[in-house]
Amino acid sequence: MTAYLLKRLAISLATLVLASIVVFAVLEILPGDPARLMLGMNASADQVELLRNQMGLNAPLLLRYLHWVGGLLSLDFGRSYTYSVPVIDLVRERLAVSLPLALIALALSTVIAIPVGLFSASRRGRAGDTISMGAAQLGVAVPNFWFALMLIYVFAVWLRLVPAGGFPGWSPGIWPALKSLLLPAVALALPQAAILARVTRSALIEVLNEDYIRTARAKGLPYRAVLWRHALRNAMIPVLTILGLQFAFLLAGTIIIENVFYLPGLGRLVFQAITQRDLIVVESVVMLLVAAVIAVNLVVDLSYAVVDPRLRGRQ
Amino acid sequence: MTLHIDIPEETLSGILAKAFRNTAFVTGFVITVLILAMAVISYVWTPYDVTKLVIADKTQGSSLAHWFGTDHFGRDILSMIMVGARNSIAVALVAVGIGMGVGVPLGAFAAARGGLVDEALMRVNDLVFAFPALLSAIMITAIFGPGAVNAIIAIGIFNIPVFARVARAGALAIWPREFILAARAAGKSGTQISIEHVLPNIATLLLVQGTIQFALGILAEAGLSYLGLGAQPPMPSWGRMLFDAQTRMVVAPWMAIFPGMAIVITVLGLNLLGDGIADILDPRSRRQR
Repeated sequence: MTAYLLKRLAISLATLVLASIVVFAVLEILPGDPARLMLGMNASADQVELLRNQMGLNAPLLLRYLHWVGGLLSLDFGRSYTYSVPVIDLVRERLAVSLPLALIALALSTVIAIPVGLFSASRRGRAGDTISMGAAQLGVAVPNFWFALMLIYVFAVWLRLVPAGGFPGWSPGIWPALKSLLLPAVALALPQAAILARVTRSALIEVLNEDYIRTARAKGLPYRAVLWRHALRNAMIPVLTILGLQFAFLLAGTIIIENVFYLPGLGRLVFQAITQRDLIVVESVVMLLVAAVIAVNLVVDLSYAVVDPRLRGRQ
Repeated sequence: MTLHIDIPEETLSGILAKAFRNTAFVTGFVITVLILAMAVISYVWTPYDVTKLVIADKTQGSSLAHWFGTDHFGRDILSMIMVGARNSIAVALVAVGIGMGVGVPLGAFAAARGGLVDEALMRVNDLVFAFPALLSAIMITAIFGPGAVNAIIAIGIFNIPVFARVARAGALAIWPREFILAARAAGKSGTQISIEHVLPNIATLLLVQGTIQFALGILAEAGLSYLGLGAQPPMPSWGRMLFDAQTRMVVAPWMAIFPGMAIVITVLGLNLLGDGIADILDPRSRRQR
């Protein structure tokens, strides 16, 4: 168990370090001088040079990398060129939108998908299974931003139940904020739920063919108990893997959805930063997202060990 | 001489008979052929010229003259969907080609070599997987300039580790088999065995993954062009059409409905096709049903 833990941890750390090198290197070779961008085209070469020195852009490569990583570790991400505020403040402010959005979407997708997967698997080949898997097949094919547009049309334009976009912030109360996150969360969740339902179903069907399920049934356990206690638990590994991948996808998927709904979240921040060449913001947010993905994958790996006792023995 | 006789070889007519009985395959195949045909026909004929703006006809609803209505410049939506299909298919298909062309040799190589080479390649794979694909695609297209070619590269890069992983997993399952041992005993090299014996045996896996990535590529391309990073106007693209539709949802909902349906139907068709192929050719997936 400890060996397994340590190995996963070491791999995650190594991936994180490599990722930071990649992000740094990519932004390093990009065309465009941030100092020149900040000062505009009319600035003299001297002024640009002065600012470059102030921003530490003239320091040796390795030093700048270490400085950047050190900053990341101490949560000092530097200042945004375009917003002229510390990046960490921007990130904190935007996370207050994106994180709840991703979590609500993930919760919605899980709550929809697992029961549908269970239902389908236990009625394999029958009408209920065919209908729900047909719906899932359709759900996988729907682009979330188009689905979002359709939701806006029905619930915001037509029924006027929720706002079509924008975010009031958390200060006027939780309800208005949640209301404006509802459609985006549904738009993000449904295509994800479709994938998750399919995975849950096929994982369950594989498990339901196992001998121990027959044993459990033979000793008189009701089908429902077998399904929940034995089958679902054993089908959790693929389901957890997909959940982990989906969380990463949701964090990035918010880029488009936040643009559809004009939500001031992390995705919109990074999209605007990319188009405005606000490289400090881009590299910080990208690193943050990558770290989140790696952390989630690590948690998923570790949860395998919790779900599957056999893995604890192996290394 | 090829020695990949493991499961009893099925006759072509047997496979075809099975295919015609498989609803998913038939539906997916028909949809895919129709979409491809639509893209090909758009080269010689569309109901209207998509580059000609007819302001007098702007934002008209469905009619006999314009089945799917017109957009804010008076262009025929059906014609734009037909031309847009070319763009979606080309981007997604070439991206799959990049993914397969680079990923499969890497995965097969990793499986053939094993040990440190395998470990190193798989760690690089993990690294690419750690970057949310969409985010990186947006970065690539935003930085190197929007356009169909950069969209292809951005989507293609993220297909590489997917195919590498599938090829490696498939190849690892083939390597311990007896016919590989026989080939080795015959003095064949790792590369030779990979090409002559391993690849034919994982072709089904790759084909199925190919259709999945094709479908995902269409979705990704739509997302990129929705953000203005894919094919540039006046070339119509499905994602761009949805972007134009967004601010006009109240007056012209058809501008959003039909291009979206085109995406859904195309992706659905490809996914059904992939499921169908997997069902027909892979005995394992039959058992799971």
